Formats: sequence, structure tokens, C-alpha cells
Amino acid sequence: MKIGELRCGDKAQVTGYCDRSDCVMRLCEMGLTLGTEFQVTKIAPLGDPVELCFRCQKLVVRSAEVSGIDVEKVG
Amino acid sequence: MASPTSATLGEAGVAVPVVALIGNPNAGKTSLFNALTGSQQKVANYPGVTVERVSARLQIGSQSVEVVDVPGLYSIRAISVDEEVAYQAIVDHPSDLFVYVADATNLERNLFFFSQIADLQRPTIVAVTMVDALQRAGGTIDLEALEEALGVPVIPVVAHKGQGLDRLVEEIESALRDPKPCPPVGRSPGSPVDLTPEERYKWSSEVRSATITERPSPSTTDRLDAVLTHRVFGLAIFVGLMYLVFQALYTFAGPVMDGIEWTFGKLADAVSPSLEGTPWLQSLVVDGIIGGVGSAVIFLPQILILFFLIAALEGSGYLARAAFLMDRLLGWCGLNGRAFIPLLSSYACAIPGIMAARVMPDARSRLATIMVAPLMSCSARLPVYILLIGAFIEPKYGPGWAGFALFAMHLVGLVVAIPVVLILNKRVLKMKRLPFIMELPRYQWPKWRDVWLTMFLRGKVFLQTAGTIIVVMSVLMWALLYFPRPAGAEERYTAEYGRQTSDFRERVSEETYVQQRQIEESYLGRMGKGIEPVFAPAGFDWRLSTAILSAFPAREVVVSSMGILFSLGAEPDERDMVTAVQNATWPDGRPLLTPWTATGLMVFFALCCQCMSTLATVRRETNSWKWPVVMFLYMTILAYLAAVGIYRLSLLFGG
Ligand SMILES: Nc1nc2c(ncn2[C@@H]2O[C@H](COP(=O)(O)OP(=O)(O)OP(=O)(O)O)[C@@H](O)[C@H]2O)c(=O)[nH]1
Ligand SMILES: [Mg+2]
Repeated sequence: MKIGELRCGDKAQVTGYCDRSDCVMRLCEMGLTLGTEFQVTKIAPLGDPVELCFRCQKLVVRSAEVSGIDVEKVG
Repeated sequence: MASPTSATLGEAGVAVPVVALIGNPNAGKTSLFNALTGSQQKVANYPGVTVERVSARLQIGSQSVEVVDVPGLYSIRAISVDEEVAYQAIVDHPSDLFVYVADATNLERNLFFFSQIADLQRPTIVAVTMVDALQRAGGTIDLEALEEALGVPVIPVVAHKGQGLDRLVEEIESALRDPKPCPPVGRSPGSPVDLTPEERYKWSSEVRSATITERPSPSTTDRLDAVLTHRVFGLAIFVGLMYLVFQALYTFAGPVMDGIEWTFGKLADAVSPSLEGTPWLQSLVVDGIIGGVGSAVIFLPQILILFFLIAALEGSGYLARAAFLMDRLLGWCGLNGRAFIPLLSSYACAIPGIMAARVMPDARSRLATIMVAPLMSCSARLPVYILLIGAFIEPKYGPGWAGFALFAMHLVGLVVAIPVVLILNKRVLKMKRLPFIMELPRYQWPKWRDVWLTMFLRGKVFLQTAGTIIVVMSVLMWALLYFPRPAGAEERYTAEYGRQTSDFRERVSEETYVQQRQIEESYLGRMGKGIEPVFAPAGFDWRLSTAILSAFPAREVVVSSMGILFSLGAEPDERDMVTAVQNATWPDGRPLLTPWTATGLMVFFALCCQCMSTLATVRRETNSWKWPVVMFLYMTILAYLAAVGIYRLSLLFGG
């Protein structure tokens, strides 16, 4: 699954990376590491960008740019 | 800039140790830097405020220390220009001591970068910020356990309240006296390989859970965000907020302006009699200097109000939300949400806006942001809008529409920027879509000290401009308008007046006629007539054309130029700016400015590139002459075409 397929309020976990773009690497350095649980807390009006909440911080990303991250819904 | 060796030489030739403040963006480095050194660097509540390396001296007893503030980094791997600057300050220009600034409310991520710094094994101490915010949210931090885990001294500080600074200075002193390398963290003894982010985060999350206790509760930030970044209301609130800013600006404008105008009028009245003996000196002082500077300084209150509102927004944390809301729109024309902050800063002044474009993740989006930043309506354009709206829109349509007109003028540049970026994007820069990652900081009350500081510094800059370039330009304009005065000219004009129709003499007094003739025959008058044809298609006469030309070095000049040009030739009781421009006419008696032409003039000023400092900044930031030249040409041509277009429309619709 990709982050773009999650809905507002969903909780998910990082299960792998299928590319190593700058954006994906940077998110990883900011704490979205393998196995990290996060929540989609907000989706902007036209479906992008999305707000993710993990490790007590709120980050905004574009779903197309984080398609290199594989996730899996939890809970 | 910085020397490649760590220590710089002090006044006496002794080496001065260098202490670098490093850490994540928005961790509070600059707040600490200001508190330690008494500097006045910009502090605001969003990541990426500092984009340059800044240094200042700190005196510890008899020892002088150089403290360096750098942009924030999330990791040792820099991907944008501001991060590159920070990286160089950390790695290429080694300092004697790192003060690692860590945000207690986001310790896991802050410690990730710390673990990379620890790998450098250089002398380091840790300053923990935001402990007050953590405690307000009901959390506690065990500093001893943290010190234990990091293996270096840990000092809690609250920079804006001055808490913990003494201890920090003591620790800096002792660390400089007896430097100990920072031990690497998070690795089992002997493991030589570089740690993966997973391993580093495993360590940092362990440290966090061992040192911080937090009661989970929905925070104020979440509650505010539920409304402020709401799918529907979010954008509406954003637009409404901006509208309120400009409406407020307009409403407060009137009374304060009247007060200042009155003061300058009294000043002129007081000075005038003592110079009665030498008419040219009297005119120089009263019309040139007091009139010229006065007509610019009158707008100081608006500029202060604008900066007050901008600084309060910046301090609250709302700007990052606005970037989130605007990302889609900006993305559609090839920019990205991050561009929003440089663009919004440009509403204050394009120069910090252009500098702030350093946070853009790649050279092409950065260039596109730089190229449109000066289209945003900076505070120096405000005086023109307020003058013309006050003279032509408000009397006809009322104060509500006047406020709206001011809001609309600030949108013009933004709207024009969209196609400009699209064209740059398609034809010139060939951009790819760029990654956009933005951290949303916790909401905070703006720190009033920072707000006052912004207003004070900006007000100072404005008055300095008024005191230097505006005085010089005013005197120059005045001189070119006053001279030559050949003997006998006055009698000739008086005679000419006598030959006019009685109808004309009814409307225009003899004194005014003579003055107007004198101005027409002055050096500037003749020059103005020469360039009048250029601006004729836009419906501007020689006086407006001259005012426009005089404003190319710095657009602040324009109101003082207009003040001198229009009031010198006005009836004595119509010398205040608003009446003077309202009553200005073409030689045949038609009014010079109507709501239409006034709008044309405002749009011209909104789009035209009239600021040398901006061009110089673009030259410096892009490292080439090509981009400032392109910028100057495209903006000026656009401005001209827009003004001509509006004038043509007014002819069509008989405005
Ligand atoms: N409550 C609280 N707020 C703080 C503290 N230190 C800084 N702040 C606020 O945090 C925000 C960021 O502070 P800055 O000093 O600009 O942070 P910075 O690390 O220089 O940020 P960049 O230049 O963007 O990397 C501002 O709104 C400060 O007022 C603190 O100890 N407590
Ligand atoms: Mg800073």
C-alpha cells in the first residue's frame, strides 16, 4: 500500500522502500524509518498534500512524492 | 567570510575561539544566539528562518568568543542551499565547540542529528530548549538521565526569558578551557560501520522514553489545526485573515496620517518665516526637504502596522499551515508549498524574501521563486496605494471598497506571478516537480519582543531611506524644478495670464499659473516633456512620468516626488498631497487622474521593478547578471503594458 491510498485518520506502518529519492531519504532521516507507526491526520482539499503524525511531530508531504514508501495499515 | 582555520584573530591578534550553535530547524538556535550575544537576528516560528551563517562576539570575563548561528539541519546530508551553508559551517570550517541546540518537545528527531554530530567526535555541549513548552503541556524531562545518555553536559535554557544562560556560558568557558571530544552514541563498542537511520532512531527513542514523561492529551495545536487547516474553512479563513490585515491597515491609516501631516505642516510654517529673505532657500527647505521627506514619513505608521501583523503571524506558527494550504495551488504552477514563505515575506520586502528562497530544495524552483518574489507587493508600495486610494477610490465608493481595493492591489502581483512561473517553468527552466516536506511547528503566542524588534528594525530602515535617498532625491527634484529662473520670466508669465480667457482666470489664480509655467520651463519640466510621449499611451502626463522615473532607484521616492511635483504648482490651500493629486489637471483643464488612471498607476507600481537593492540581491543570490536583467525587463515591460491596457479600457468604457 502507498501513503496516498490511506484515508484521513488511518494508522499505518512503514514496511519498506522501493526507491531512494531525496524525499524518501529525508523522511527517513526525520524519523519515518522502517517499522515506524504513523497516522494520517489531515488531507488537504484536493487530496494533496497530506499531514502525517509520528514521533510527536507533524509533517506535511505530497503523496506522489512519497510513493517510494510501502506502508501497511494497522489497527 | 569564515576562515578555514577554526580560530579567527581578535583585535590584539590573539586567536578567538569559535562556538557554533547547531541543531534542527526551529529548535531555537537564533533565539539563543540573540540572547547570548545581544544580536537582533530574525526569530520566527517556522523551520528555515535563518538562511545565512551569522556570527557575533560574546565576552566571557576577559575572554572574547565568536558565536556562530547557522541554518538548521535535519541530518548531516544537506539537500538545499541553506543546508549547504550550515553543512559548511559545521564540517568545512571547524569550530572549537559545538553547542547542540535540542528541542525538548521533539527529542527523538533532535537526537537523530545529534547522534550524527557525535560521530564527528568534536567538543560538544547540549542546550535543551522549549522545556517551558514541554512543562506547559504537562510533560517533564529528566536532565540528569539525558546527560548520562549523551555523555556531554546538558543545560536547559529558555532564551527569551534569559533562563539558564549563565550556566550555559560557564559550560562554554570550561569546555573551551578543557575540550573533550563528544563520545559517539548508540553503537555497541567496536562496531566500525556507519549506523543506519533505524539504529539511530532506536537509540534516540530509547533515550526519549527514559528521560521524558508526557501525559497524552489533545493539545491546543491539534484543536487549532482542526479549524485552521480544515478542508473547507482553512482556505476561507486564510483569505479572510489576509483581507482583515489590509482592511485594518487602511482603517488605521487615516487618523495617523492626518496627525503626521499636520505636524509637518506646522514645521513648515514655523521654519518658513525665518527664510523669507532668500526665496530659493525657503523653497528648498519648505517644498524640497520638509515637503519631500514629510510626504514619505507620513506612511511610517502603515509600514509599522504591516510589520506588526506579519511578525505576529510569523511568530504564531500559522505560516507553515498557510504553506500547507497553498501547496496545491503553487504546485499547479510548478512551485511548491515551501515557496509560500519566501513569497509571503516578500510582502514585507523582497530582499529577505529572495534570501529566504534558499530553503527551496533545488536550484530551479529557487530561481523561479526569486524571479517572482519582487512581484509581491512590498511595503514600499503601500504609500502609493494609500495615497491614490484615499484620493480617488474612497471619496467615490466609501471606506469599505477602499479597504478592498488595497487588498486587491496586493493580489495583483500574486495573480501575475502565476503565468510568469508557468512560462519560466515551461520555456526557460524546465522544472521537475519538487519534493515538499514541511514540518508544522507547535502554535505559540508570538514573542512580543521579537514583534517589537521587527517593527523597530523595519521602521528604522524606512526612516534611514527617508533620511538619505529621499532627501537627496527630493533636493535634486526640487532643484531641477526650481531652476532656471531667468530674469523677467515671471513678468512674461503674468502677461500671458492676462491674455487668457476670463473663464480660465476664474479657475486658476495668477500665482498658480505663474508657478505652473515656471515648472514647465524648468530643467525637469523640459526633461519630463521629453519623456511624456513614452507614458502617454498609459494616460500619464509629464509629472507622473517624471515621478515614475525618479522612483527607479528606490520606489519609496515616488510619493515625495509626486508631493513636490504636484504641490509646487498647486493653489496654496490645496498643498496637501491628496487634494493636490485630486485637483491636478491636464493643460486643457481635464482632470489628470480618474479612478481608472489612478488604478493604472497603482498597477504600474505593483508590477514595475523599481528597486536597485532587489536587483543587487538577485545578482548576489544567482551569481549572474543574467537574472537581474531578465527580472528588470520583464517586470517593467509588464507594468507598462498593464498600465496602457487599463487606460485603453477606461477609454472604451468611458471611465
Ligand atoms: N516556548 C519556547 N519557545 C522558544 C524557545 N526557544 C525558541 N522558541 C521559539 O521557537 C521558535 C523558533 O526559534 P528560532 O530561534 O527562530 O529557531 P531556529 O533554530 O533559529 O530556527 P531556524 O533558523 O529556522 O533553523 C520561535 O518562535 C521562538 O520564539 C524556548 O525555550 N521556549
Ligand atoms: Mg535561526
